[in-house]
Amino acid sequence: MSYLSKFLLFFFFFTFNIPNSYSAEKQEKLLKQSWSFDGFFGKFDRASLQRGYQVYTEVCASCHSMNLLSYRNLSEVGGPSFSEEEVKVIASKVEVLDGPNDNGEMFKRPGKPSDKFVSPFANEKAARAANGGAYPPDMSVLVKARAGGADYIYSVLMGYENKPPKGVKLEDGVYYNKYMSGNKIKMPKPLSQDSVKYSDGTAATEEQLSKDVVTFLTWASEPHLEARKRIGFKTVVYLLILTVLVYLVKKKIWLRIEPKV
Amino acid sequence: MSSNDSNFNQNEIKPVHTNKVGGSPFKGVVGWIDNRLPIIRMFKYEYLDFQVPKNLSYLWSLGGILMICLIFLIVTGLVLGMHYKPSSSEAFVSVEKIMRDVNYGWLLRYAHMNFASFFFIAVYIHIFRGLYYGSYKEPRQLMWLIGITIFFLMMATAFLGYTLPWGQMSYWGATVITNLFSAVPLVGKAIVTWLWGDYSVGDSTLNRFYVLHWLLAFGILGIVIFHVIALHIVGSNNPSGVEPIDTRDTVSFAPFTTSKDLFAMLIFLLAFVLITMYAPNYLGHPDNYIPADPLITPAHIVPEWYFLPFYAILRSIPDKLLGVIAMVSSIAVLGLLPWLDLSKVRSAVFRPIWKQFVFLFVLDFFILMYVGGMPAEGIYVLISRVGTIYWFLFFLVIAPLVSLTEKTLPMPNSIHEYENWKKQGKIKTLKIF
Repeated sequence: MSYLSKFLLFFFFFTFNIPNSYSAEKQEKLLKQSWSFDGFFGKFDRASLQRGYQVYTEVCASCHSMNLLSYRNLSEVGGPSFSEEEVKVIASKVEVLDGPNDNGEMFKRPGKPSDKFVSPFANEKAARAANGGAYPPDMSVLVKARAGGADYIYSVLMGYENKPPKGVKLEDGVYYNKYMSGNKIKMPKPLSQDSVKYSDGTAATEEQLSKDVVTFLTWASEPHLEARKRIGFKTVVYLLILTVLVYLVKKKIWLRIEPKV
Repeated sequence: MSSNDSNFNQNEIKPVHTNKVGGSPFKGVVGWIDNRLPIIRMFKYEYLDFQVPKNLSYLWSLGGILMICLIFLIVTGLVLGMHYKPSSSEAFVSVEKIMRDVNYGWLLRYAHMNFASFFFIAVYIHIFRGLYYGSYKEPRQLMWLIGITIFFLMMATAFLGYTLPWGQMSYWGATVITNLFSAVPLVGKAIVTWLWGDYSVGDSTLNRFYVLHWLLAFGILGIVIFHVIALHIVGSNNPSGVEPIDTRDTVSFAPFTTSKDLFAMLIFLLAFVLITMYAPNYLGHPDNYIPADPLITPAHIVPEWYFLPFYAILRSIPDKLLGVIAMVSSIAVLGLLPWLDLSKVRSAVFRPIWKQFVFLFVLDFFILMYVGGMPAEGIYVLISRVGTIYWFLFFLVIAPLVSLTEKTLPMPNSIHEYENWKKQGKIKTLKIF
């Protein structure tokens, strides 16, 4: 192997391993799942997205906000693909504080598709007060904000243990989780068998619920993931063909001077 | 024009030439324009007929690649700037709005973000090329110095840009780096307050960082133009380190160099597209998707990957002021290299001892990069200290010592002789692809 290829190998080996080495603490190996959105042609499983949205609204939304999403996003291309009619119905079920009106008063009205997801708490203080001092993080970009991404969130959801290992003392309102950093979490185990009743007849096992909600959260973090992968693939194919053509052109051009050497 | 223009004696009667119209090799409209504004002939002389050593390897394509990176960064940055809001309460949300609601905003933002990383990948290879083939030696010292200035500006621009999304790493990175100035004796605190425009990193800091990010980006562009002008005066170095003598040694820039560089650019772009489209956040830090919170410090504050070697040097020294001095001088010392390396032979191909030390230096760079991403404790501190010592030893001691004592290999008289030697297997050299 030439010096340069060794050099490049080093370069890529190191640079591409560094982000993984940021987290210094020894961590439990994450439960790696095969996600529908993985890989070169990854797409979200629509049914899973819709179920995941149901899990979010019925379970997570009682504590976690999703400030960056609007109801209209639910019908956008590459998302859960609810119809626009369905989204209107979904939005109309929430109450939105609007105003001030002409009399200077705030008023409540049914939601519209253009409204942002309604937050469960008025502000961070209220959220902390209701959750034993802990602030349930906004879930809009949660998957991108955690090392390990979708697998990490899934692992945390599946990583609750009723009895902490020997020697670990938990205060009141703190739970043991195998995958959470520090192993302590203030969120009680959110999902268990049949916490949500799926309308499409899918068995609501703990694994299924977690998988669906993580799929939904991944879409929320990366709403244009499908477009990105689709355009990415086209670009790679285009560049590959162009690269081969340019290489042949280059070779032909350089043939002009070869005999003189 | 005489060389003593500045002492022009207005009382002496001499002919003047204020009208310089003419001299164009072109005819017609093009010639008419070129006679009055000679940029067309300049382009022809400097980019079509320009003679380039024929034995340039793909390592010489990085210059063009860097130019492309810079242009892409400026173009994507321009459009991002039309949607971004540099305010501590809106910055994070405005970046996410770009990612969600602006047409292809996700593409612009991911491209801008990853082009910054790829800019650094390219510049590190570019600097390595210069180091290995002695491109910093006479007559290219000034180019080398301009290059190092660009590198400094790049680092400043990248750092400023990283604060703009106003995530946790943005905020705490800005806090750590600006706080370095507090190490300056006596006026340190005042400098930091002046930089922040406040008593902590906050809204006014973000606002000025945004302005400076723009300013420095165009500053880089300006100095890059100097770098390129200087290149066209001294000409390209080449793997043999011997200057071209006649047309047997050179090719014209177009179509030879252009076709070769285009191929290299496409390979580079392929790597860029793969990362940007399939792992756009791989080179970033997940904490930067958590909005900045002055009350919560992240467990490990780490800069972007391309700063890690210098971050390791900073942390390897227990004293804050000395650490900052070491970090800045670790880059500045590159600028002294033309005067520290006294060897008359440019290319490391003919310098068997120096070559080993250069590769060791590259290894040192990666080791420092690795420990820079690790917590500053235990074995990592020791490794970073050894790495830092070698870094400075390489420039300040090894370079002059080796250049004075080393027995260099026999040199070819010309580039075409070098090429023949290579064909006959007399020279062991970098083979690319």
